[in-house]
Amino acid sequence: MATITLDRITKRFGSTEVLHDISLSIPNGAFFSLLGPSGCGKSTLLRIVAGLERPSSGGVAFDGRPVGGQRPSARNVAMVFQSYALYPHLTARQNMALPLAMRRLTWVQRLIGLNRLLPSARRVNREIADQVARTAQVLDIAALLDRKPGQLSGGQKQRVAVGRALVRQPRAFLLDEPLSNLDAKLRVQMRAELVEVHRRFGVTMLYVTHDQVEAMTMSDRIAVMLNGRIAQCGAPETLYERPETLEVAQFVGTTPMTALTVPVDGDGRLGGPVRGLAVEPNPPGRRVTLGVRPEDAALVPPPDGHLTAALARQEYVGGGILAFARLADGAVMQVQVPAAEATATGAADGLLGIRLAAARVHLFDPLTGRRLPGRLRDAGAASAHPRIGVHG
Amino acid sequence: MAERLRHALVVTSLAGPATVAMLVLIFAPTGVVAVISFTDWTLGAPTLRWIGLDNYAAILDDRAGRAAVINTLIYVGVVMPASVGLGLLAALGVRAQPFGQSFFRAAYFLPVASTFVAMAIVWQMLLHPSLGPVNAALGLVGLPGPDWLSDRGLVLYTLALIGVWETVGYNMVLFLAGLSAIPRHLYDAAEVDGARSAWSRFWTVTWPMLGPTLLFVVTITAIRSFRVFESVAALTDGGPGHASEVLVFALYREGFEYFRAGYAGALTMVFFFFILTLTLVQVRLLDRRVHYR
Repeated sequence: MATITLDRITKRFGSTEVLHDISLSIPNGAFFSLLGPSGCGKSTLLRIVAGLERPSSGGVAFDGRPVGGQRPSARNVAMVFQSYALYPHLTARQNMALPLAMRRLTWVQRLIGLNRLLPSARRVNREIADQVARTAQVLDIAALLDRKPGQLSGGQKQRVAVGRALVRQPRAFLLDEPLSNLDAKLRVQMRAELVEVHRRFGVTMLYVTHDQVEAMTMSDRIAVMLNGRIAQCGAPETLYERPETLEVAQFVGTTPMTALTVPVDGDGRLGGPVRGLAVEPNPPGRRVTLGVRPEDAALVPPPDGHLTAALARQEYVGGGILAFARLADGAVMQVQVPAAEATATGAADGLLGIRLAAARVHLFDPLTGRRLPGRLRDAGAASAHPRIGVHG
Repeated sequence: MAERLRHALVVTSLAGPATVAMLVLIFAPTGVVAVISFTDWTLGAPTLRWIGLDNYAAILDDRAGRAAVINTLIYVGVVMPASVGLGLLAALGVRAQPFGQSFFRAAYFLPVASTFVAMAIVWQMLLHPSLGPVNAALGLVGLPGPDWLSDRGLVLYTLALIGVWETVGYNMVLFLAGLSAIPRHLYDAAEVDGARSAWSRFWTVTWPMLGPTLLFVVTITAIRSFRVFESVAALTDGGPGHASEVLVFALYREGFEYFRAGYAGALTMVFFFFILTLTLVQVRLLDRRVHYR
């Protein structure tokens, strides 16, 4: 187990720089996720930690000791690949035993035939077999050990791959999108199993994923990577509740946040399509970008809304409706409507009001995209009224 | 019933032509040759006599026949491992080149693409005992230049060397295809799992993953080298004194120059037996071992 420190890592392929000046500290025993869209450089960063790739500048340290010159095998990290990367010619048992055999036996001892004759090799082989059996027990794959990868299903291969990584008690566990080849149901199950493995073995886990649900549900800490930079690093709640930039805010969350840029007058009142809301303190640029998550808005009769919109489209999402409300300027805001309210009627002319939960709206600087320190408050005009819903 | 009839018609019309072609062009001639090999028929003769296994016995009695069988086996025994091994080595080497991969690929593949009979003249020049550059080069470093193509003890190995030169490029291309089909992730996994050296990564990933390619290359090379003919016909005519006699050349000479169809038929059956054995070994024994199912 180890604390992993990344110090000012950059990586260039030819003239393209894919990682820009990345510094991170991954605490010992943490479940740490690198979350980002595909192509953001997160897999490259993981490969640098593993030693499969060399950084163009900057360094990696385990427990404060630089490992820059060490080969992957010397770093004693384990890795689970998206494609599992099991050796197809070996059985599950042999796949899991291989990392142990590579480390504990010389190549002479590994020769088939010889390993039965040499007493030293026999003893080590017995230990390896015990260890494989124990790990297989934990992962519930003991019955599959004599099958080859070609005879295993996706989820079973996944477990064998995790087993191969776990069996030698690595200092850190690196996972590169390990669940993305599985179907949805299995993914949820494997998520729970990986968390359980982490709890049981307490090993530092560095988990790369583009799926923010995976990152949010499993991790202690998440680093959001966008365009080769760490955009924000923090606990899942922090990322969701206090995103530092609009980009992070829009990337984190199952249904994306709506961004709405509006003018602000001298008293802090919001203009444009928005009524009855004010921001304090007044932002510097006389304009502010509101970040509204679907669950922080509600449909109300038009006079009660902070915004007026027409219903463009709705999606049934199970237990509720996601309404796509088109504002006068054409922007579309997504509003989540709970099932209980989904049967009420909208206004006769088809117009709806949207009421925002003022305290929960995120404020960003329209120019830099950075979070603004202020908050929204109700400023008269619109008052609380019963909500209305849309046809379910 | 009509449904089944229709199905049968479709099947027949799809598989029929190929089946007929195979029967007429492969199975029937093979059967005819097998029958002829038990007779004393000569090409164009009005009569023939059933003589049982006499032709086969003659192959073993005859110095030329015995030489043909033994020399062919020696030739295959040298060319097959050498050109498979060198082909793999060349493929690994070409892949490791940072630059000029396509140049090396083309250079190795050239012998495969060229007309052998034309190349034979080049070889004859190169290996000429007194005028050839090979012996001239040997002379420069003080070694005696042998009679490459007319020394009884050497001629078969000279031909084998030329055979290797002819096949290495082809095998290299096949190995290159096999190598590029190995998933990159397996090498990453091997490296993380503790395969420190290129040597141990080769034995952990490359070698087992090349299994199907290797089997194919070995089979193809064996069949190709069993068929050795052009180099013998162009360079040695089986001489000196049957020292480079091989099966296909012998059956060509017996069948088409001496018109001894029965004897040539027996030689063909021996040749056929070797190829069939080889193929059966491949399909029955090795195929399941290398496909990992």
